[in-house]
Amino acid sequence: MTVNGQPVSAEVEPRTLLVHFLREDLRLTGTHVGCETGYCGACTVHVDGEPVKSCTMFAVQADGANVTTIEGIASNGDLHPVQEGFWERHGLQCGYCTPGMIMSSVALLSKNDRPSEEEIRHGIEGNLCRCTGYHNIVQAVQFAAARMRGEEPPAADWEGGE
Amino acid sequence: MTTPTRTRPTVTSGIGDSPLRPDGVPKLKGEFQYAQDLWSEGMLWGATTRSPHARARIVSIDIGPALATGGVHAVLTADDVPGPGMFGLEHPDQPVLASDEINYWGEPVAIVAAEDPDTARRAAAAVVVEYEALPPLTDPEEADRADSVFRRLQIRSGDQEVTGEVVVEGYYEVGTQDQAPLGTEAGLAVPDGSGGVDLYATSQFVHADQSQVVEALGLRPEQVRSHPTGVGGAFGAREDVNLHIHLVMLALHTGQPVKMVYQRSESFTGHVHRHPARMWYRHHATRDGKLVRVEAKILLDGGAYASTTSAVLANACYFAVGPYRVDSVLVEGIGVKTNNPPCGAMRGFGAVQSNFGYESQMDRLAAELGMDPLELRRRNALATGDRNPTTQQVIQTPLPVAECIDSLAAIPLPDGDDPILPGGSGLTTDRSHIVRGVGYSVGIKNLGFSEGSDDYAEARVRLTDEGAVVETAAIEVGQGLVTVLAQMARTALGISKAIVRHVDTSRIGSAGSTSASRQTQISGGAVMEASRRLRERILAHHGGDELDDLGVHRAGELIAPMSELIREGWEETYTFRHPPTTPPDDDGHGDIHADFAIAAHRAVVDVDPELGLVRVVRVDTAQDVGRVLNPVSVQGQIEGGIMQGVGLAVMEELVIQDGVIRNPNFTDYLLPTILDAPDVEMLLIEQGSWWGPFGAKGVGEPPTISSTAAVAAAIRNAIGRDLNRVPVRPEDIAL
Amino acid sequence: MQAFHPKTLDEALAAAADGATPLAGGTDLMVEVNFGKRRPEMVVGLRRIAELREWERSRIGSGVTWRRVERDGPRAYAQAARTVGSPQIRNAATIGGNLGTASPAGDGHPFLAAVDASIEIASTSGRRLVPWYEFFTGPKQNALQPGELITAVVLPERLPERHEFGKVGVRNAMVISTVCCVVTRDTEGSTTVALGSVGPTPIRVPAAEEMISAEPSPSDSALGEFARLVSEGVRPITDHRSTEEYRRHAAGVLARRLLERCLA
Repeated sequence: MTVNGQPVSAEVEPRTLLVHFLREDLRLTGTHVGCETGYCGACTVHVDGEPVKSCTMFAVQADGANVTTIEGIASNGDLHPVQEGFWERHGLQCGYCTPGMIMSSVALLSKNDRPSEEEIRHGIEGNLCRCTGYHNIVQAVQFAAARMRGEEPPAADWEGGE
Repeated sequence: MTTPTRTRPTVTSGIGDSPLRPDGVPKLKGEFQYAQDLWSEGMLWGATTRSPHARARIVSIDIGPALATGGVHAVLTADDVPGPGMFGLEHPDQPVLASDEINYWGEPVAIVAAEDPDTARRAAAAVVVEYEALPPLTDPEEADRADSVFRRLQIRSGDQEVTGEVVVEGYYEVGTQDQAPLGTEAGLAVPDGSGGVDLYATSQFVHADQSQVVEALGLRPEQVRSHPTGVGGAFGAREDVNLHIHLVMLALHTGQPVKMVYQRSESFTGHVHRHPARMWYRHHATRDGKLVRVEAKILLDGGAYASTTSAVLANACYFAVGPYRVDSVLVEGIGVKTNNPPCGAMRGFGAVQSNFGYESQMDRLAAELGMDPLELRRRNALATGDRNPTTQQVIQTPLPVAECIDSLAAIPLPDGDDPILPGGSGLTTDRSHIVRGVGYSVGIKNLGFSEGSDDYAEARVRLTDEGAVVETAAIEVGQGLVTVLAQMARTALGISKAIVRHVDTSRIGSAGSTSASRQTQISGGAVMEASRRLRERILAHHGGDELDDLGVHRAGELIAPMSELIREGWEETYTFRHPPTTPPDDDGHGDIHADFAIAAHRAVVDVDPELGLVRVVRVDTAQDVGRVLNPVSVQGQIEGGIMQGVGLAVMEELVIQDGVIRNPNFTDYLLPTILDAPDVEMLLIEQGSWWGPFGAKGVGEPPTISSTAAVAAAIRNAIGRDLNRVPVRPEDIAL
Repeated sequence: MQAFHPKTLDEALAAAADGATPLAGGTDLMVEVNFGKRRPEMVVGLRRIAELREWERSRIGSGVTWRRVERDGPRAYAQAARTVGSPQIRNAATIGGNLGTASPAGDGHPFLAAVDASIEIASTSGRRLVPWYEFFTGPKQNALQPGELITAVVLPERLPERHEFGKVGVRNAMVISTVCCVVTRDTEGSTTVALGSVGPTPIRVPAAEEMISAEPSPSDSALGEFARLVSEGVRPITDHRSTEEYRRHAAGVLARRLLERCLA
């Protein structure tokens, strides 16, 4: 398979989950495991451009596929606009859900460059966050959407208001 | 009102600013190291054998089949535990591994180290334990009658004979909530080759972990160093020891590094939960709505082991009346010991449970009096200089109860439809099916440790070529301590470059626990005072009158450049203590608490009464924050805390039957999703604290305390029916 | 464990005949594997078999993902698809996998029951078409014999004009249903109602269907009677997710609401 643009080949136990292959064989530990049941979304990666939960997939199922993890999102060391949005808009606290949130958000914005707030919420409904209450995550995605369209991001709701 | 310490506005990213999180980039790029990500060459993986019974006698344990599994390096049982083998945050009453009796479902019986996690888990399952199952004690009222208790606490204030013209009574229940941080328990223990171990594990309090490991295993303190490491959320779940002692045992036994990561199902048994509560209340008032007497009986189920039950019970009882004036009080608190899963710390720590009780009562009383619920609260609002009606302690800190209520009332209500309907993507509900409701709750909680405990934090500030380096063992769990401690150092020193570095237990004194909303105040107090003293010493040494990024100045002239100061190797270590507290006397009175914080919440809900489904539209709040040191972090704490309160109000509950958790997974323990998140409007009330650094109060817990009761009140308001239990289930509304 | 990822159905059927456990999107099987509840010796992955992803009019290949059903499926089937897991799950999970698990709470089942769909099953010795009511045999049990794979869902050539799906769950997304339901109604008034999570298998309620099918424009009291018959006709249990009483009640309320939408 190709991981973050690099061809990767390894002999793995067929039982190895994709997330464990990424974390333990490739040491790409940015993809997290939160529940092992496909609910929390912390393990979200892209397989051939589509976000999937890597804890419910064997590594061998991704044989020949193009896999992108959080480590492959920034380019040349520059933060991706979605990463920038999460930082600028305080869209993270403990940060454990953040890689999965970013992967879902990037996938959403690749299909819809001008999502409404409701579309953002539906786009990342498969990712749980226990820290933030989600409000700043919505703002982070709005920030990124504007940035990716080449526009000035909307002001944060704590800026210029009361 | 207190005046905040003079700020130094020339320093950027000091207090009052919202600098970006210093750990943001590694967290965003997937490079941040959580305990789950730790790696050591040649490490083994640990796993735990746990009891399938809530109560049993262990007849025999056969580790033979587990040990015979290929790739297994160690299988240890109670027989292999050196030292006393007991641990506990307040009382060492819990065995490291069960030896002859099982007291809760999931209690550890054996531990395994193997070459990979799958082998370790299979070997743990291969340990043959013969149990004689015994009937578990799971009814907390039966435990009370049997005097199976961790603590009883009675509080009596004022004339016990007085009665009111209006009396309302109620019975209330709070279900078992779990902290459910997104990262499960994880850690790595690395033997140092000379009988000692370096432990890197999820924690809120590394010094307490270290001392419990040392005491349980009979080691010398210098043999164990506990290192702060990356934590994926905490909320109380990481205050107690769980895998820490097991990891150290396995590492010492095998002589190899050992890593352990709990799966989600194991995490649900591996850490303590929020105490479920049963509460009986009677409120007496005059016709014009003045509280005359409050009687409460509060029963918390502590489960099988003590953990922090006695402190949680104390909180529930000391705040059993809420932030209201009343002369006559009788509170009876019981923290019982059962065979249910052990309970301990979770955000709000006892104050959440009683808030649901007393605020439900305040609404009931308002209805009985025909009075506006906010007006009733305003009329009885506690204020600075009053005595807390339970403890009789004179409140010295600014306590803006009335201000929070008035500010909350001034936030405009939402006027339009919410885009999300009850039932969400299930398409159950049309707009014509919904009824809107509005409810209120006001909460109070202590900040920092109470009842005479010596609550302190040590911090060190050094001048280096990286700027000011703050060294601390205080744990960052996501709340933003790494940001705010650096802000305080910048402001107090006058230097714009400051970073926070976490150091292990051998290199600095305790910072205490990241809990009780305390680190900003207490580790912050240590950082502020260390920085202030360091600055004064540097100025005195050089005879200067100003310190900034360039160095020391005298009368506007640079007399010692920063490079010289760095060469001089300046550092200052300070241990900060909050004003002393006292244990309670026989009536529960005393100067029990160091500081208090208030929050008021207003929830707006759309309810589908026929199906019993709820959409929480908005939760607005006015919160007493002392002084805002980092506006964006405060906002983040408030929104996240409210979300957990909403979760307890409408969906989060561990279903426990006969001591067994029926839903130990994210399939059925429901955390709110982004489609369940309400909008939040907030007003921050800044009146300072009587001792917090720069006037700061802790802000982490108040958002969680009264948001639950506000949502429950809003649902009652929508459907016009009594609801005496949270979480409110669809059947509670619809049937 | 051995894993085999064939590109053709014939290869997959041969593997199934040798006792391989079929793996589609992994939503359910992988959870069991992760928790050590199942340790299959041999797994046959179905994801790469193009034939199973074919969708020709009323025959939908078992490898079609819920994401495609959400986008392209008939209205009520698409509504159901929208509630399956989460966006990431819907990208991987398939309609065949949902049927293989045969959970009583499967979100996709009521639609199949309501429109009288059949399930196409194949083995090395041939194919057979099983009507939905013979396919579901109990909680997490179906009519698959060893060596058989689910190859397609076959809908009737003509669907009723109106069909609506709804699902009661305790949170607004990513939730196992407490009750899920599809109601269909054609222009002649012929009505079906099928429900999930209220019995060991998805069920229809013939008494309610007959009664309401005879009402060309149902009155309020007829709608109430319909709801009552649905509540009476379901067979729910009490478990850690809900109670028998609530499920019975909610089944009636939800069925009535969906019928009202069909009538609107």
